[in-house]
Amino acid sequence: MFKITPMTKNILKNLITKKSTRPYPFVIREPFEESRGELYNDIDNCIFCSTCARKCPSQCITVDKEKGIWTCDPFVCVFCGTCMEACPTHCLHHKRTWRPVSGQREMIEMQGTPPKSKKKAAAKKEEASG
Amino acid sequence: MAKTIIPFGPQHPVLPEPIHLSLTVEDEIVTQAVPALGYVHRGLEKLCDIRDYHHMIQVVERVCGICSKIHAMCYCHGLEEMMQVEVPPRAKYLRTIWSELHRVHSHLLWLGLFADGFGFEALFYQLWKIRERVMDINEATTGNRVIVSVNVMGGVRKDLSLEQIRWILSELELVESELKALESTILDDYTVKERTVGKGMLTKEQAYDLGAAGPTLRGSGIAQDCRQLNYAAFSDLEFEPVVEYDGDSYARSKVRYRETLQSIDLVRQALHKLPDGEINVKVKGNPEGEGVARVEQPRGELFYYFKGNGTKHLERLRIRTPTFANIPPLAAMLPGIELADVPVVVLSIDPCISCTER
Repeated sequence: MFKITPMTKNILKNLITKKSTRPYPFVIREPFEESRGELYNDIDNCIFCSTCARKCPSQCITVDKEKGIWTCDPFVCVFCGTCMEACPTHCLHHKRTWRPVSGQREMIEMQGTPPKSKKKAAAKKEEASG
Repeated sequence: MAKTIIPFGPQHPVLPEPIHLSLTVEDEIVTQAVPALGYVHRGLEKLCDIRDYHHMIQVVERVCGICSKIHAMCYCHGLEEMMQVEVPPRAKYLRTIWSELHRVHSHLLWLGLFADGFGFEALFYQLWKIRERVMDINEATTGNRVIVSVNVMGGVRKDLSLEQIRWILSELELVESELKALESTILDDYTVKERTVGKGMLTKEQAYDLGAAGPTLRGSGIAQDCRQLNYAAFSDLEFEPVVEYDGDSYARSKVRYRETLQSIDLVRQALHKLPDGEINVKVKGNPEGEGVARVEQPRGELFYYFKGNGTKHLERLRIRTPTFANIPPLAAMLPGIELADVPVVVLSIDPCISCTER
């Protein structure tokens, strides 16, 4: 015997309600305020202290204090945000969007001004004065 | 009729993850099932040798993709007890809220996969549509959809604002009403009942003797739930373990459906009672000695064992996940059923193989 299943009501309702999917990539949902996307370093404020590299659970960050180079491997990064919170100068942050798909393994490398060591700075001062 | 051995898995359309079952079949009826594991072992426990105990939180989160938050909570809870760290009450409540949200999305995911397993794709899409709201709550409040990374030793990293709490409550109302609209389909539909009622029977005695866990145990009439151990904020929240007595696949899906609604209620209770204050405390020192932690994952009891030696690296970490406990009951459920019902019965324990093999 023909019997209307409970799902029929749901199916009929779906015919008149709006779609729950969107035609990606033509329509993109705005990311949430808190979303953690690509890692970005505001290199001018970075003091190359290596706290981020030590705290990172996936060890994706390397810091060269001498040359002033900060490098992150985005293929190893797990987007946990630990480095961002550990940073003493708050120069690290996650963008809200993700990196576009890449065919090559490109590192995020940033060149900044390495901090002058206190000893060298003191020696220079002495040279200048004396 | 001669015996035939049919391999089920490790690659099978209903299995998202690889498990192999060697089925002995006599005229379409399964007489014996021998499970074999070991296809996705990753050795995550061993990573505690090279990652310190703070870093390990992010590692244990990756044991399971669906209930990552609960793994991290179990790990932090166990180590905090070992190191006698007092977690602030607000952090306990926040942990409870996110862990229950994970239970909601895990059960909705499973209910959908289960429906897909017996060919009810319309129901599968409907349930996953509802699940998306919970995933959005996760992303909006923690920053990530699945691996949320909110736990730290001594508390949590993220706080909820009043505005977010209001939004979560309104979203949960929608999740609840949409799920209740599907109740008659999930529980009373002819297709669902035909494929699940009486399939994969597990009696109360068998469930107890074979050490079943979670909804598999509660679907056989034993009211045991690790949340009764009162970890996190569960001591302040009111709930009763969901129990069904039939012991078949239908009873197990009923338990999960009712637990989803129960978890929504628990999140609501926790949000209403959310105390003010700090969300984490600083943890000093290194773990020393031995400790265990037990929490309730969507699939059952999750068990962690820790051994520390006073250094920042743990000497031993052992994880026992509920699917591991549910494999012997699965081997007991399969004999006597038709070969066509095997996928449904295997799915009914909600197998999470990556979890099991770590």
